[in-house]
Parts: sequence; C-alpha cells; structure tokens
Amino acid sequence: MNILIYFEERNGSIRKPSFEAIEAATKLGASSIAAVVASASSASVLNEQAKRAGIAKIFTVDDARFGEYSSKAAAKVIAEAAKAFNADVVIIAATSRGKDLAPRVAVRLAAGYVPDVTNFSVNGSTIHATHPVYAGKANVTMEVTTAVKVFSTRPNLWKAPKELSTNEASVEALSLNLDESDFSDRTKELMLSQGKLDVAEADIIVTGGRGLKGPENWGLIENLATSLGAATGASRAVVDAGWRPHSEQVGQTGKTVSPTLYVAIAVSGAIQHLAGMSSSKTIVAINKDANAPIFAVCDYGIVGDAFEVLPQLTEAINNVRRH
Amino acid sequence: MKIIVCVSHVPDTTTKVNVAADGKNIDPAGVKFILNPYDEFAVEEALRLKEKYSGEVIAVSVGSDASKEAIRQALAMGADKGILIKADKSDTFAVAELLANTLKTQGADLILLGKQSIDFDGMEIAPMLAELLDMPAATVVVSLQIEGSTAIAEKEVEGGKEKIALSMPCIISAQKGLNDPRYPSLPNIMKAKQKPIEEIAATASAPRTSVIKMDKPEKKRIGKILQVDGNANAVAQQLAQLLHEEAKVI
Repeated sequence: MNILIYFEERNGSIRKPSFEAIEAATKLGASSIAAVVASASSASVLNEQAKRAGIAKIFTVDDARFGEYSSKAAAKVIAEAAKAFNADVVIIAATSRGKDLAPRVAVRLAAGYVPDVTNFSVNGSTIHATHPVYAGKANVTMEVTTAVKVFSTRPNLWKAPKELSTNEASVEALSLNLDESDFSDRTKELMLSQGKLDVAEADIIVTGGRGLKGPENWGLIENLATSLGAATGASRAVVDAGWRPHSEQVGQTGKTVSPTLYVAIAVSGAIQHLAGMSSSKTIVAINKDANAPIFAVCDYGIVGDAFEVLPQLTEAINNVRRH
Repeated sequence: MKIIVCVSHVPDTTTKVNVAADGKNIDPAGVKFILNPYDEFAVEEALRLKEKYSGEVIAVSVGSDASKEAIRQALAMGADKGILIKADKSDTFAVAELLANTLKTQGADLILLGKQSIDFDGMEIAPMLAELLDMPAATVVVSLQIEGSTAIAEKEVEGGKEKIALSMPCIISAQKGLNDPRYPSLPNIMKAKQKPIEEIAATASAPRTSVIKMDKPEKKRIGKILQVDGNANAVAQQLAQLLHEEAKVI
C-alpha cells in the first residue's frame, strides 16, 4: 500500500501533526510512504526536516507563488503527487489547513474521504476509520468504497517519530502547469497572537467557567495555566458574556479538544461542553457544586471554592514541577 | 449582489445522542431539529451584505421536507426565497455534488455556509464545493470585507488568524464571531410563511463512503473526588501528587 502524507509548513518548519501522520500510515500497513510539501520555503531545509523514519520519497514543487499559500493550488499539488506516487491512501493532518485541503484533494482524486480520524482498524485490505460526530457524543466508523482513499487524522493522537532517519529520501520536484486561476485564493498574512498557546493544539488545557464570577478573576486561570504550561480555554457562558474571545471556547459550538490533561475550573459541564472535551486523556474538575455534571466525567475532582483552591493548587503544581 | 446561503437541519446542541436500532444512525426519537448554528452566522452575514449592497439572498438545503424548517428559519431571519433539493443524502460528497449542480445554474456572487454542520462535524462541504464549482473558498471565517471584486476574509487558524484575498465569486464558511445573528421577529416569522420555497427533485450519486457502525464513546474515568473540608492546601497538594504520580500527566 502506497501512502502519501501532506507535510504542512508554517514559518519554515513542518508542523507536528504532519509527522504524527507517519505513525497513522504505519498502522495502516504502508509498504511505502512519501511526503509532499507545497511551499516556497527553501526545499532543502524542509527536506532535512522531512527525513523522518519511513519516508522514502519527498515530492516538492518549485514555484515562488507558494510564498503566499493558496488552498486551491496546494490541493492541486497534493493530488498530482498522489497520482505520481500511485498512492492508495492520502493522509492529511486535520489541522485548520488540513481540514480545508483534504476534502479538496478527495474531490480531485474522485476518492472517498473520512475526516478527523481518531482510530484506524485494518483487516486485510479493508480499512475502518473512526471519527467523532455530534462533537464527540458518538463515533462513526466508516469504510471508503473508492480505490483511492483520503483521510484526515486528528492531531495529538499519534506519536511523531523522534528519530530522524539516516536514509536519504529521494526528492522529486513535480512539474505542474499552475496558472493564475489556481491561485485565486491567496493568504496574505498570518497574524499570530504572541506567546499564546492555542487550545486546539495544546497538550494541557485549563478552562474557566462562569463560576469565576467575572473577567477580573481570570488571572487565577492564567496563573494555573502558566504553572502547567497550559493553554487557557473558556466555557460558552464565559465567551457569550464577553470575558474571553470565542477562539478559546471549548465545546460543541467551539473547539473539540483531546489534550493529555484537561482541567475544568468552575465549569458546570453542560452536555455541549462535555462533548467538546470528553476525549481528553485525564480530566480534572474543580467546582463548589458537588452535583455538577462535570464530576461524572472526571478522573480527579475537588469539591470546593475555586477562589480558595486555585492559588494553593498553582503553588502545589509549581512545587511538583520543580522537583 | 446575489448571495446563496447553504443551510442544514441538525439535532439541537442539547441533544442526548442515542444510537438507532440499525446501529448506524442517531435515533431521531425525541430529538429536536434546528437550523445549524453555524449557518445562522452565514445567513446573518448574507443579510448584512444585502442591506449594504442590495440584492437577493437565497437559502438552499438538501434533504427531505423536514429540511424546509431550516430554510423557513433563514427566511424568517430575512432571506428572500428558498430552494429545497429533495434527495436522499447518500454521503457527504453526494450532498456537495447535489448543491453544486443547483448552484451552477444560479450565478451567485457569493456562496455562504456554516463552517460545519453540528451533526457530522466534517467541515467538508465548503472545500468540496470550491473544487466542484472551481471557485476560490475560505473556511472558518471570522471577518469578511468586500472590496470591489475581491473578498478579504480572516480565517481562524491555530494560534491566530490568516488574512485571505479571494477573487469573487467565492465561497465563505462562517465561524462563530463573524457576527451576531439576529432573532427573527414575529412579523418576519409570519412573512416567512408566504415566501416561496422552490423544490427540485434530484438523485444523489453513488456514495464513496459507507457507515459501518455508530457507537458512543465509553471511557472509564477514575472518578476520585476530593473534598476541601476547610483545608484547601491539603487537597491541592494531594491533587498535584495524584497528577504527578498516578496519572503521570505533569
């Protein structure tokens, strides 16, 4: 089985979820894995990073117009690489960019597509791909019935190989005829919030709810997040009240997250919120209402006043992490 | 400006999901269906653009008669007319294709839709339409400006936003934060009942994916609950130790 992985670049580096796709490809039983990079950044730098375990071949495209990312043009490059490699499967990490690209690539290859896959099971040549639906309230297991199959894989669930492979991957520059209409969407600017971890990617998340009473108390959440090296998240009530931006909202109409550690502070645990975080590895809840639904899904809970507990917990975690 | 908004009819966010007897679908018993919340942002944006540039807003949905409810809601918010593409949804690609076949005949300047339907959460329709209609698209958009024949969209990405320039006509999928959707007023709800909904009978093409099963995630939780009982410091220490030594997550 030939598997092609899209390597997504940001600021000259290949992003971690793309490397995680290598493990997913290995699990699918790939006999040969190739990667495709669609970027104007120095091909040699990217290729150096791309030489990870198992990658036999790297497809690149030499076109200065990729200095401004275009979803349409990138989809065309990936589809052409898939054809050149005779790929049976294309895997694209389900990042913001990947969720946009994968359906396009599937249409270009007349392939069936399963989004945001959290688990694969393989039986002979049959692949079953599981993806969460209803924001995680249920899972659907699907089979792609076309010859070529496209999957996007949810970040944080597979391990990126640590070792760089000593084997040289062969590099093939694709020759494509891209015209101006292929670049009809152009990314002009990436505006990052400085120094802030994004809930969608964070390994640890500390989320605050309305029980914090007001935005003036958010410092308690930020202090705990800093001690844990965590991103801050917010419940819907907090976002709707205007204390925090919606980009931090966790839940059914916010982001679905699966960090290693999820700490919910003064969050009651409405079903929409639980849907967005219930696949987290370890869940901690702190709430003064012993009957809050969040306690039913947590691994560790503290029934108590967040204003009392948080400063102590921040201190205790600092102590543990210092040792 | 002619604006098309694609809308879907989905279970309300408070729905408790139960799997139907076939083991492949949600049991619809007792489930309340609503206009997909992300589509509300798309409808609102269409109405604001119409108010600014004049024109027409058409709400389009694929499905059975029940999907008319979603269209009716868009009409109550202020859309001018609706189109229901009556077909069985064989899979997501088939829905995108049915939409594309109808949209091709419409000649819209702008196609808006929610970034995802909160049932299958796939975020597939906008990118698929982009390919099927050969139109530029921006997804998960939180800000939209029209400058002549160019749309300037801000897309939410990990850790920030991207600013994307698109030549029109184009496709935009809406994220929460794009605007504050209006509530339909009672007179507008009454008026919406008189607005036309055109029905187009169509047949979905063969599915490219099939559902093997639907089930509910069962994850065993440790469920160790500590009580403060006047000593916040002690429970805080205890929790930090548990996370460090038992869960090994810090």
